[in-house]
Amino acid sequence: MRITRIGRFTTLIGILMLAMSSAAVAAGGKFITLASTTSTQNSGLFDYLLPKFTEKTGVEVHVVAVGTGQALELGRRGDADVLLVHAPPAEKKFVNNGYGIDRRLVMYNDFVIVGPDSDPAGVAKADSAVKAFQMIASAKAPFASRGDDSGTNKKELQIWKAAGIKPSGSWYRELGSGMGATLNTAAGMDAYTLTDRGTWISFNNRQNLKILHEGDKILFNQYGSILVNPAKHKGLKTDLARVWHNWITSDEGQKVIASYRLKGQQLFFPDAR
Amino acid sequence: MSARERSPVLPLRLEDVSVVRHGQTLLDRVSLRLEGDGRTLLLGPNGAGKSLLMRVCHGLLAPTAGRVMYGASSLRTVEQRRRLAMVFQRPVLLRRSALANVLHALSVHGVPRRRRGQLAQEALALFSLQHLARRPARVLSGGEQQRLALARAWALAPDVVFLDEPTSALDPTSTQAVEQAVDRFRDAGVTVLMATHDLAQARRLADDVLFMCGGVLLEHTPAEAFFARPRTPEAAAFLRGDLVTGPFPRLVERLEEQCESQELDALQR
Amino acid sequence: MMNVSYRSFRSIGGGVMHDVFPAAASLILGADPKLLGIVLLSLRISLTAVFIATLIGLPMGAALALYRFPGRSGAVVVLNALMGLPPVVAGLIIYLTLSRAGPLGSLGLLFTPTAMIVAQALIVLPIVAALTRQVIADLWEEYREQLESLGSSRLRAIPTLLWDARFSLITTVLAGFGRAAAEVGAVLIVGGNISGYTRVMTTAIALETSKGDLGLALALGVILIGLIMLVNGIAYGVGSVARRYYA
Repeated sequence: MRITRIGRFTTLIGILMLAMSSAAVAAGGKFITLASTTSTQNSGLFDYLLPKFTEKTGVEVHVVAVGTGQALELGRRGDADVLLVHAPPAEKKFVNNGYGIDRRLVMYNDFVIVGPDSDPAGVAKADSAVKAFQMIASAKAPFASRGDDSGTNKKELQIWKAAGIKPSGSWYRELGSGMGATLNTAAGMDAYTLTDRGTWISFNNRQNLKILHEGDKILFNQYGSILVNPAKHKGLKTDLARVWHNWITSDEGQKVIASYRLKGQQLFFPDAR
Repeated sequence: MSARERSPVLPLRLEDVSVVRHGQTLLDRVSLRLEGDGRTLLLGPNGAGKSLLMRVCHGLLAPTAGRVMYGASSLRTVEQRRRLAMVFQRPVLLRRSALANVLHALSVHGVPRRRRGQLAQEALALFSLQHLARRPARVLSGGEQQRLALARAWALAPDVVFLDEPTSALDPTSTQAVEQAVDRFRDAGVTVLMATHDLAQARRLADDVLFMCGGVLLEHTPAEAFFARPRTPEAAAFLRGDLVTGPFPRLVERLEEQCESQELDALQR
Repeated sequence: MMNVSYRSFRSIGGGVMHDVFPAAASLILGADPKLLGIVLLSLRISLTAVFIATLIGLPMGAALALYRFPGRSGAVVVLNALMGLPPVVAGLIIYLTLSRAGPLGSLGLLFTPTAMIVAQALIVLPIVAALTRQVIADLWEEYREQLESLGSSRLRAIPTLLWDARFSLITTVLAGFGRAAAEVGAVLIVGGNISGYTRVMTTAIALETSKGDLGLALALGVILIGLIMLVNGIAYGVGSVARRYYA
């Protein structure tokens, strides 16, 4: 009697489990894994772009959004089929080392320097991004750095280098965080930080932060799409990935990118050649 | 009666059995022979080694020296093991209903599923527990639990049943009920070996008496002879009520009652 | 480390009151489909993981309690220590194993719900096995003589003891589920937090918070806390039933 009670109970749970797992398997279908960055995802571009692509081609795109450094590492390990990142020097190195093939330019957006209303370093008066950073360093004003090897972080370090400064000290906070978390911290600390425009536009917790410098050419942020080299790993879905790769650089894909609006503003400017 | 005499585990013989633990001799060269008749009461003060002796007879403990013979051989096969049942001083029942406890014992014994239900119900009815069949065994009273332990032993249809002071923790009414339950075994021809330190109980129930003191088996005589003319001074003292505890009560009790697993591992085959 | 000013605290508080709570409430009450999808996925993954961990962990713990073998004490110590295995570490190990560059890469399981189930099962297994071992070992002390007297081998005793300990074991399994449902490190690393595919409550909360989008994060947080409280409530109820009827 005890045995049949256990038996019935276990069977029920087992069936439930099986049903739920098979639901997962059934939902599989055709898909590729795209490694991209958190800032790109947070801009909402993928929520807009992907359904149109899937509708046209029947291929689903699973976006794993991490920092640029990790995205390239995913490509190196073959855990993604294609990359969409924004760090041209690192991308070129990636292709040169044989991990990626057929790098194509896709679009660009820009970075902005944000900081507290009070602007203790006087950044609003700077005439270049490099100058702005120099002012922040000499004022020892709090600066929140992503510190996570992301595209944004690499851009930030590029500017520091151009300014001839090695940032260190208690005013320079390396957080190891994504863009949103870094902005949260900057808002809470009344600190300066470098952010991509997309994340800034959709960021809801600005508190006293505002854009203090923008438009400088060095703040230009170029995106590239790279296929992960199938010669390096077995089992990559390179054929399907090519469909995506070709689409976003085609006239049609480029038009869709240009038509994306965040709070009424165009974020990404297509430049595939 | 004759059916019992053909039991493969009888006669049960101990030949110079000793149990030594921590350098202390707890059972000292005990030799005895149990035939198939009636109720043998194992008498002695606390710490005499009664429980130890029962466990050696049942096969739960291996002796340090000497051997235990069941019928013709000293090997204890699974078949033979199943013909020996034991009821402990404090009943150990599983966290399930009274009926389920008996069913479990039958299952362990390899009784086919079809027959288990009937055998269990019969056992419960025989010991007046059928109205408690569905009750969780652990909420029963002390006396009911002990009767359940007896019912469980009964259901296994043993040839020999060992009872280790089954009523020492019970009140007089429950004690009487348990003693009546023990009667059933004797009436069915099952050999009963029952340990007790209660003289009055021994007088009531014994056909034979085994008297132990300090790990030594001092007497094995028919009951009437034992109570009227004890042959050893210790027995005489015990019957007078002078001898209450033996030499190593604490050590023996610790071993018997707690049965620490490592000790058990060491002592078992 | 951070000098969060009083001013910014107040403004966060003000934002929470005016924007976030109503947003969260409307998402929950309106049964927002995205929210539901995330919750159902979380349940599916954690329940499956706990089921697998229990299937393996119960007999493993019981066997460890009953059988003696060389190196047993070491195994027990390691198992107890693994209860505290940081989920991120478990996630990292599974990631390195399932990555295409790793030994099991050809399975192509990385960034799928299956990988998340494996990672969580790995985290829950030591909890179930170690606690089962403890419970069964105590029961064995109590029942050993009686079971041996009935002629039960150790193997035969395993299902008997597991059933006898069912109330404690249910509590153990619920504890394992609580741990699985609440962790974020492992599922984030091996799942990739893919929208609509491997995004569960905990990883969604992390993501939405980092975006500064606290409405959805709070709604998920409320549901998650509610789930944990429900699990604890059930565990408590099981305990009272056990105490009342089975002593």
